[in-house]
Amino acid sequence: MASLKDVKMKIGGVKKTAQITKAMNMVAAAKLRGAQQKMEDFRSYAEKFNAAMGNLSSAMDSGAFPLMEKREVKTVEILVVTSDRGLCGSFNAHILKMADKLMAALEAQGKKVTLVCVGKKCISHFRKTGKIRQRYADLMGTFQMFNARTIAQDIAGNFLSGDSDEVRIVYGKFKSVAVQRPAELMFLPIQPDAVATTTATSSSAGSYIYEPSTEEIMEVLLPLYMNVMVYHAMLEVSASEHAARMSAMDNATNACKDIIHSLTLIYNKARQAGITAELMDIVGGAEALK
Amino acid sequence: MAEKLKLEVVTPKGVVVSKEVDIVTAPGYGGEFGVLANHAPFLSTIKTGVLTYKSGGQDEVLMVSGGFCEVSNNKLTFLVESAERGTDIDVERAMRAKERAEKRLAEAQAHKENFNRTRAEAALQRALSRLKVAERRKAS
Repeated sequence: MASLKDVKMKIGGVKKTAQITKAMNMVAAAKLRGAQQKMEDFRSYAEKFNAAMGNLSSAMDSGAFPLMEKREVKTVEILVVTSDRGLCGSFNAHILKMADKLMAALEAQGKKVTLVCVGKKCISHFRKTGKIRQRYADLMGTFQMFNARTIAQDIAGNFLSGDSDEVRIVYGKFKSVAVQRPAELMFLPIQPDAVATTTATSSSAGSYIYEPSTEEIMEVLLPLYMNVMVYHAMLEVSASEHAARMSAMDNATNACKDIIHSLTLIYNKARQAGITAELMDIVGGAEALK
Repeated sequence: MAEKLKLEVVTPKGVVVSKEVDIVTAPGYGGEFGVLANHAPFLSTIKTGVLTYKSGGQDEVLMVSGGFCEVSNNKLTFLVESAERGTDIDVERAMRAKERAEKRLAEAQAHKENFNRTRAEAALQRALSRLKVAERRKAS
């Protein structure tokens, strides 16, 4: 049996760990609130944007825009969005697993896969594959619309130059504080029907006056649409990350409490055994003196 | 001016303005345009520049950058990448940005770099609009 001092030190150590995990839990909770607020702020923009986009795409024939052009798919680019930091349970692992599976499936069809990685976790995961075309680290803490724009422009550039024929996004979807799921999205070419279905509510009265032409507006809107998509994926991942970390740290704190409880039992048992042994000694000594 | 129209300026960071206004002037694709109540449905892209609106006899100015606007049913919605009020604008920073952009523009022109040139032009446009809004703010 471990000595009293050993057990006591161990209890002290676990208590410190519990303190840290507890603090991380609270930090994650605060950051989650921030991330959710950011999502809330963005929602009205995204909704109005989609409404306008729906109006526009219904008003025009699905003209040939380079960003909507469907080509024979030889190279698929996957945009993987994960968090920069770990200690958030299996959140990143799930996303990476999904990306791995998608990659394997595409490669089995004889397609080439390139990766654009956002977040340190997926960069380190895919580093050895040598398929990373572009990486963005240290963004997920404080990102803004323009960060999303940089990424979107890069991907669009690659798509337009013909280096990739299809782009998909793999990211973590924020369902609720308790549930985050990895998700996959078709990104490029942009499908007009995908845009239209999100806007079943928009009932435009009469035809619009467009300035400049619908085509030229589309040229401006499509890249913006890409920004919105990327930004949205990043927002979801950041909210999911904090939610996942919150529950992971909560679990860790509970586990610490369990360990402390069982260690305390051991400690008390050892203490009692010590006392009993001492008493036996005293009683034995007294007997011998008689 | 009995009839009013509802103006909404929305950015990815949230709704900046949501107000009943009399008239709005905005930097459109083909130049400045004004919108009054009962305007026909209309959709236009927005350039970086100055957005003015009048509500209750009071003039308000905003700096907006890149996006588009939609008019329908007396509702005017601006979806822009950023929108700033005069009070939020740091004049000194804008001045510095302007000088920097001008320098870059000159450099880019000297080297005939198209990419840098567009970027510098966009930056210059933003800085100039900011300064304009800040100035109008002071004047009123």
